[in-house]
Amino acid sequence: MAVNKTRTPIGEQNPNERVKNFGEVCLGYTEDEGREEAARCLQCRDAPCVESCPVSIDIPAFILAIKDGDMTRAADVMSRYTNLPAVCGRVCPQETQCEGVCRLGRAKGFEPVAIGKLERLVADRNYSRQSAQKAEGAAENGKIGRVAVVGSGPSGLTVAGDLVKMGYDVTIFEALHAPGGVLMYGIPEFRLPKSIVEHEIRSITNLGVKLVTNAIVGRTITIGEIESGFDACFIGVGAGAPRFQGIPGTALNGVSSASEYLTRINLMRGYEFPDYNTPIKKSKRVVIIGGGNVAMDAARSAMRLGADAVGIIYRRSEAELPARVEEYHHALEEGISFHWLSNPTEYADDGTGSLKGVTCEKMELGEPDASGRRRPVPIPGSEFFIEADTAIEAIGQEANKVLLSACPGLKLNKRGYIEANPDTGETSVQWIFAGGDIVTGAATVILAMGAGKASAMAIDRYVRSRKAQSDDKSGRRTF
Amino acid sequence: MYKILYARDIAPKEFDFLIEAPEIASHAKPGQFVITRHGERGERIPLTVADFDPIRGTIRLIFQVVGRATAEMASLREGDFITDVAGPLGTPSDIERLGTVMAVGGGVGIAALFPIIRGLKETGNKVITILGGRTSELVIMKDECGRYSDELIITTDDGSEGQKGLVTDAMKFAASRGERIDRCWAIGPTVMMKFCSFTASELGIPIWVSMNPIMIDGTGMCGGCRLSVGGKIKFGCVDGPEFDGAKVNWDEFMNRMGQYRDEEKISMERYETGVALWR
Ligand SMILES: Cc1cc2nc3c(=O)[nH]c(=O)nc-3n(C[C@H](O)[C@H](O)[C@H](O)COP(=O)(O)OP(=O)(O)OC[C@H]3O[C@@H](n4cnc5c(N)ncnc54)[C@H](O)[C@@H]3O)c2cc1C
Ligand code: SF4
Ligand code: FES
Repeated sequence: MAVNKTRTPIGEQNPNERVKNFGEVCLGYTEDEGREEAARCLQCRDAPCVESCPVSIDIPAFILAIKDGDMTRAADVMSRYTNLPAVCGRVCPQETQCEGVCRLGRAKGFEPVAIGKLERLVADRNYSRQSAQKAEGAAENGKIGRVAVVGSGPSGLTVAGDLVKMGYDVTIFEALHAPGGVLMYGIPEFRLPKSIVEHEIRSITNLGVKLVTNAIVGRTITIGEIESGFDACFIGVGAGAPRFQGIPGTALNGVSSASEYLTRINLMRGYEFPDYNTPIKKSKRVVIIGGGNVAMDAARSAMRLGADAVGIIYRRSEAELPARVEEYHHALEEGISFHWLSNPTEYADDGTGSLKGVTCEKMELGEPDASGRRRPVPIPGSEFFIEADTAIEAIGQEANKVLLSACPGLKLNKRGYIEANPDTGETSVQWIFAGGDIVTGAATVILAMGAGKASAMAIDRYVRSRKAQSDDKSGRRTF
Repeated sequence: MYKILYARDIAPKEFDFLIEAPEIASHAKPGQFVITRHGERGERIPLTVADFDPIRGTIRLIFQVVGRATAEMASLREGDFITDVAGPLGTPSDIERLGTVMAVGGGVGIAALFPIIRGLKETGNKVITILGGRTSELVIMKDECGRYSDELIITTDDGSEGQKGLVTDAMKFAASRGERIDRCWAIGPTVMMKFCSFTASELGIPIWVSMNPIMIDGTGMCGGCRLSVGGKIKFGCVDGPEFDGAKVNWDEFMNRMGQYRDEEKISMERYETGVALWR
């Protein structure tokens, strides 16, 4: 049977419509469409897609199950590798991972298999089934040991899910009132519906994981208290401190970080103000500074809040744009403009303390820097002005000091993140493990999950060996 | 869910709540605050911790109704629950034995000042407390503050109690007696703290003020609470809330406080019509 060259088309909300709502853009495959797409997979031996998946999902196996029309089997395959398939299917940068190396996509004129979209299909179809998993790990609870997880982002959720399945008593401490980390407060509804995140979290708490919200570790509960109450601790607090360029005018009303903008919108549902109480400005002309997923999310949110014009200012060129391609394309379709090779130098005051616009300078790409990307350098005399009432900086995050300053024994690296073994999450403190953005700096959901998986295994080894030692010493079981 | 053990009206639009929150109570220190959110649609707002009792596991919040979030909270009664209370947040006050200190409070800022006064007294300082307000009934917690003060000066704009005048007048008066004052704390409305800072600088006394910017998370994650101190960007929720009053950029801060004024009005109107319909 001949293989289709192009991917099975997928339903999407029309750009003219979707810029007026926060509903999900991509509507997902139907099962028939999924089967059609699954049939394109070559079922490679030593499949390169699996190798480039940070959590090594057996991709050909679940795709085969879809092709056979067996969604349950597909879900079972997936659940062996990921606790958050509905999330990964939607937000992973597949083009640089599985789909980027897909053997089919390597053939001239062929598009890679739509692995992410198939993953999402399986996860969404599997909604109702998951509670059945419940008791499995729960029965064993508390028998092996107690583990504290700090932060309920993808890394923390993964550690918790894996350890509870192994039979640990796991408690997640989350600083905010709602769990999920960036999935909840950063990534917008139109890309990742919050009901999906909530569902994924429920499937983890259903396994017996305890979740304590409003618990800021280092403040509400100290590291010392965790040490005395738990056998081990995983830190997955993310890279949650926004960076500002610090150019003149940063204090003007109308200038904010993308973290603030998106938190107001997503976590606090500002887009439903005043039905929800947290306000968000209905801006007219918006500029976003940065070129990552965060910048795209802020820009597309601004459009949905009714802005007349939204522009993204990026220091490098289109080729270097770090955002997922799908988001970039969606942003273009939605009418967002791009100021390439541009860099803001000053925010202008309208005379009342509010933003009037942004002065920028043009850049050109010079020699490659440490990251291997060509360094943008300003072109003298190239200043230009963009009128704007709102400017949102999405230029990256740094390590949040709240927990780190409360945990002085923990060794940090030069950039201020926790120094941890990438294969095990081990830190300079024996009983503390760490992973996700707080180790790598702002990265991806799947890398955070991968780190969580590795740490779960390392924590299990550590706790078991500790228990074995103390059994030897005392000659009796201590738990 | 956090249980309200008592809810009292203590002054016009000012409320005093005792809340069951053992983890917060056992970790709180003077100068810290909590973030509260009431209802699934509620806004997250910062409120200073007016008192904490680690043994009973309670914290006390004293707040003024300034918008919808505080109005909704004020409608709660003993036995009700607040959806979320997170904390203690912020860097605690730097309480040490300094000698003679001056503590200046106004409005609900007096509540935030109270644990600092007590802390300063208990570490062996001589504490001169100045509490001010428009009129007598707006000067709250006089007895409690008095209990931990070596001297208590009350000022009112209308002269209904204590000295007629402003807290800054009382600051100058206290300093004029020749006694060396080693440090000052001022907590109250922004304008009051601004002028206390000017006065303290004139008198050559270092001053701490407690800033209350608009916050969301309160954990350093959003940067919405930023202000300029000594020309540098600081996050009110983690670097503060206390800052050197002589270095705060007051005009910029006040401008930022007005960012959501229009929206706050819409929100309050919505709330008031809701309440009216319900009645
Ligand atoms: C707007 C935006 C869009 C993104 N888009 C994508 C995308 O499309 N694809 C992709 O792969 N990645 C994306 N990312 C990156 C991805 O979300 C992160 O890499 C990932 O969430 C990191 O996971 P984490 O578990 O390390 O931490 P986080 O998700 O950051 O979660 C950390 C959690 O820890 C909590 N916490 C912090 N301090 C404490 C404390 N002291 N005590 C208790 N709890 C604490 C925080 O409140 C938070 O809930 C995006 C990020 C943002 C901001
Ligand atoms: S590389 Fe592509 S074609 Fe090969 S197994 Fe993976 S998805 Fe299928
Ligand atoms: S309130 Fe968000 S950083 Fe301070």
